[in-house]
Amino acid sequence: MKALVWCGKHKVNVETVPDPEIINARDAIIRVTTTCICGSDLHLYDGFMPTMKPGDILGHEFMGIVEELGSEVHNLKRGDRVIVPFTIACGNCFFCTRQLWSCCDNSNPNAWMAEKMMGHSPSGLFGYSHLTGGYAGGQAEFVRVPFADVGPFKIPDDLTDEQAVFLTDIFPTGYMAAENCNIHSGDTVAVWGCGPVGQFSIRSAMLLGARQVVAIDDVPERLQMARDGGAITIDMSEETVYERLMDLTGGRGPDSCIDAVGAEAHGMTLDAALDRLKTTLFLSTDRAHALRQAIYCCRKGGTLSVPGVYIGFPDKIPFGAIMNKGLTVKTGQTHVMKYLQPLVERIQKKEIDPRFVITHQLPLDQAPYAYEIFQKKQDGCVKVVLKP
Amino acid sequence: MIMEATDSSARKMTPTTRTEEAEKTTNVGTKERMASAGGGAWLVSRGLRRGGLSGAAMAGFGGMLLGRGLSGHCPIYEKLDIDTNGQNPPAPTEFYERGIHVSKAYTITKPASELFSFWRNFENLPKFMTHLEEVIVLDDKRSHWKARAPAGTTVEWDAEIIHEEPDTVISWRSLKDADVHSSGSVRFTEIPEVGTEVRVILNYLPPLGKLGALVARLFGEEPAQQIQEDLRHFKQLMETGEIPTNEGPRGDCSERFSQERFSQGGAR
Repeated sequence: MKALVWCGKHKVNVETVPDPEIINARDAIIRVTTTCICGSDLHLYDGFMPTMKPGDILGHEFMGIVEELGSEVHNLKRGDRVIVPFTIACGNCFFCTRQLWSCCDNSNPNAWMAEKMMGHSPSGLFGYSHLTGGYAGGQAEFVRVPFADVGPFKIPDDLTDEQAVFLTDIFPTGYMAAENCNIHSGDTVAVWGCGPVGQFSIRSAMLLGARQVVAIDDVPERLQMARDGGAITIDMSEETVYERLMDLTGGRGPDSCIDAVGAEAHGMTLDAALDRLKTTLFLSTDRAHALRQAIYCCRKGGTLSVPGVYIGFPDKIPFGAIMNKGLTVKTGQTHVMKYLQPLVERIQKKEIDPRFVITHQLPLDQAPYAYEIFQKKQDGCVKVVLKP
Repeated sequence: MIMEATDSSARKMTPTTRTEEAEKTTNVGTKERMASAGGGAWLVSRGLRRGGLSGAAMAGFGGMLLGRGLSGHCPIYEKLDIDTNGQNPPAPTEFYERGIHVSKAYTITKPASELFSFWRNFENLPKFMTHLEEVIVLDDKRSHWKARAPAGTTVEWDAEIIHEEPDTVISWRSLKDADVHSSGSVRFTEIPEVGTEVRVILNYLPPLGKLGALVARLFGEEPAQQIQEDLRHFKQLMETGEIPTNEGPRGDCSERFSQERFSQGGAR
């Protein structure tokens, strides 16, 4: 089969590799019909994520047709059309039974690696480094899906692939970020980063009844997309974010702040320049400019919600501000399975059409080109959908 | 520091009569003698071929191992009051003094009775213990164990259950003539609404003593880590019915990068 293979920093390649096979009784093989490049794939592309090995197949947003089933998968049949959550979960452990699917205790074969770095291991993820399992990803023609009786979710016929595929990650991720804000009517929610997750956070915050949503970025077409979704925008290259947020909230600060940027923030300030220098010299793992600013701007007693991916040990997190302002911090990889049914219903009721975020549709063969324009934010690229 | 000093002086003061010393001339067990002689001969030949100061040191150390293997007498063991030629299983004090001890616990979302009965059939253990090749149950109390050891070798031993309470605890120890002497226990404690805490305690006497343990570590065999992984596999198997694997297709990065091809005006 054809698959997109990571060969090093800024080196990805479409290669012919062996087809995956059923190994365990709860496995399924999915023939991929639609797959996407996620903003978090750029952390791998940029060489930010440790424990990547040349030859790894990337991709964790994919859907397709059930091709083959292990003997213990009884809720699916060949030919079913499913989306596959990016988090792999067993459904049996302490965490899965408490709906904390992305904390699954059993799905990461390399849990010891993550335990060395973080104390405990999150669930396994598709195509996202060896630290989170070393599973082959979905930017490929076929994928082996472990615990297929838990993850894959059948999609109703009235939804197209393009409407359904973001249920694998970015829609639930943006939605969980907004849900974590515990939004009340009258609330202002500020969202740092207008990439795909930021866009879904903005629209989810609107759906959940925020009075106003403020979006912060410096890429014009992304700010435009945020405005189309109902947000007030701040172009951080032209305005002082703190001043403008205080102005928009009558001096109080946003009730909730969402950091949808994560480990590779860009910024105009001294701390952002220092982060850039330190990560370039491998003195730091993350550039946390957006996180710092979100903490600084959040109102007293407010909520900081972090869907953006952090990797290791970001520098100079103003914990004093978190403590003294009494902020609540909510974060985590997305518990995708928890959100699938309600979000499918919202799409069916036409409360949201996830296709708004798509800017490029390309064949899988052109994935290397797609990574390049997505990383460089060229050609107005916000979200790429790939067809194997 | 004070403790150590007291300890070693106490050893020196241990009274040894002449007759005892004569009996002690063979204080290295048979298997260990073979290993010692083989390893020693290899080091001597490598050291001589190498030459120079380091070669001489290698050959010298090899000679010592070879001598100890051939004679069955180890002066260092004598100084440390160690005897691996004993016919009986080692006393608990020996485990205490020169054993490797591992204690690990996991909580599993299954009733204690289910976990206990799976474990109690020792022939199930190789399903989740990577190093175990085979366990054969001989009778109600005794079983025969075969495990992979560093550098492609295997070790075998018989074990007996010394204590057992249904759904609660099993403990065992190796019998005489074991390649590696070990003792251990597994205890199952139900925690309401959480599951069952499974705690494994394992003690073993590494072949060639602490030196052997150090060498094993060089081969990447860390006992505490190994027990933890085995126990994790037990949890995975009990909770999900399988042990997850990331086995699957990989690329080889040999094809020319298609990136250049597409960056020049690829299709939009």
